[in-house]
Amino acid sequence: MSAVEIANVSKVFNPGRPNAVHALADIDLSIAQGEFVSLIGPSGCGKSTLLRLVASLTEPTAGSVTVNGKPAEQARKDQDYGMAFQQAGLFEWRSVARNIELPLELRGWDKARRRAQAEAMLRLVKLPEFADHYPWELSGGMQQRIAIARALSFEPKLLLMDEPFGALDEMTREHMQAELNRIRAATGTTVVFVTHSIPEAVYLSDRVVVMSPRPGKIATIVDVQLGARDEDTREASEFFKKVTEVREALRGFEHGDDPVRGIEDR
Amino acid sequence: MNDLRRRVGAIAPPIVFGVLFLTAWELFVRVRHIEPFLLPRPSAIWGQFHGGLGRIWDAVQVSGLNAFVGLLLGAAGGIAVAFLASRYRVVSRLVTPMAIAVAAMPIIVVASILYNMISDTSQVPRRFMAAIVVFFVIFVNVAKGLTQVNATQTELMRSYAATDTDILRKVRVPNALGHFFTAMKVAAPLAVVTAFVSEYFGGLQDGLGYQITSNIASSRDATAWAYVTGAIALGLVFYVAALVMERLAMPWQARRVDGA
Repeated sequence: MSAVEIANVSKVFNPGRPNAVHALADIDLSIAQGEFVSLIGPSGCGKSTLLRLVASLTEPTAGSVTVNGKPAEQARKDQDYGMAFQQAGLFEWRSVARNIELPLELRGWDKARRRAQAEAMLRLVKLPEFADHYPWELSGGMQQRIAIARALSFEPKLLLMDEPFGALDEMTREHMQAELNRIRAATGTTVVFVTHSIPEAVYLSDRVVVMSPRPGKIATIVDVQLGARDEDTREASEFFKKVTEVREALRGFEHGDDPVRGIEDR
Repeated sequence: MNDLRRRVGAIAPPIVFGVLFLTAWELFVRVRHIEPFLLPRPSAIWGQFHGGLGRIWDAVQVSGLNAFVGLLLGAAGGIAVAFLASRYRVVSRLVTPMAIAVAAMPIIVVASILYNMISDTSQVPRRFMAAIVVFFVIFVNVAKGLTQVNATQTELMRSYAATDTDILRKVRVPNALGHFFTAMKVAAPLAVVTAFVSEYFGGLQDGLGYQITSNIASSRDATAWAYVTGAIALGLVFYVAALVMERLAMPWQARRVDGA
């Protein structure tokens, strides 16, 4: 059973009205259990919309989205996935530990079990001493690690991430990527990851889905196959080859002097 | 030790400024021979304050109780309607324009109307006045806190398949708490001021506002100022009470203010 099955999906915002927007057209994508797949493309290519469809935060106009063998909406109701956004979205009135506990609270876990799990998650993201701090006492990178800990707190098989490192500086960002790699290796979680950054997509992913805009379509899928990653990966010639491959795929649908917007080359 | 030094450092400047201000005032009045009905000396005001403490305390109790009852009623009403308005769009559409209209109402006129309408010989019109003013401030802010929730937090709650009740309890209410106390810090002293002002326009012959006007009318300016001092103290007590409640209810904020 694949983790995510997207079949013939289209999404139109404001259908039938003059301001209708064709966000996605004829998307087919199958993601295997344990796979790390990045969605990359210029602004307006519908990559975030595609992720939100998988999360059942929005409904497709046509086609079907299946998560863990069930309709996306059912998967959301069963809390089959964890989610992290560009904004950490921590609740400022809750301590760090209680932020991580929130999804567990909603699942009816008792207090002792919640606390133990929150502490385990804090060890996973290497911030065990911050359990009783409030979010504002943490840096942006630390807040994002807490958000990831929260997304993983109930040990979902699927993690959906919408530009989670987009607001971080380059140093923190590389560090977070390495952390995510480590966490994923430790948990075996399937990850769908939206990003603007080509190196980030290549460094993290098994496959990079390159999308083109108006309407959002899958232009091509780049198989990365770099094996286990470490800091040396970033300087390997194989890595640069894949970065170039993704970049050229992004240029493939660029016409004349219409540049591809919103893509970071770093 | 460091903590003590920081506290002294925070408190000392306003005290020094206050003392300097009062000294300058006293000297100015003495040196320029200002008539006491124009501007009484601080020492004369203090004398009246000290001597008339019993009477001032009586007046403080009257105005203070009116303000307190008005504050409670107004806040309770404001919170209740804010919850309804955030839950039912119809309520919001009906109440918001009316609340704005009430806020724009000239309080002076309304006081007179209420004395005629309700009673000239009870404290009810004054409490009602305070309640109206407080209601608007609390309603607008709490409604905002309940509805203007961070978009990422809302999405997260949806991804957890949280029910509306969960979202209300775990996101909307805590989010509104900060708005509520910000409003209370405005509304509490406002309730006190409204209680005074409504005493100007009729009703029983008691309370700080009544004493201030009647003493000015009989040229006992230092006495009037002594009552003003009592009024300031009462307003401050209300403000500080709101502040203390905020600290207790929102520990995550308290640490932020005390800390770096």
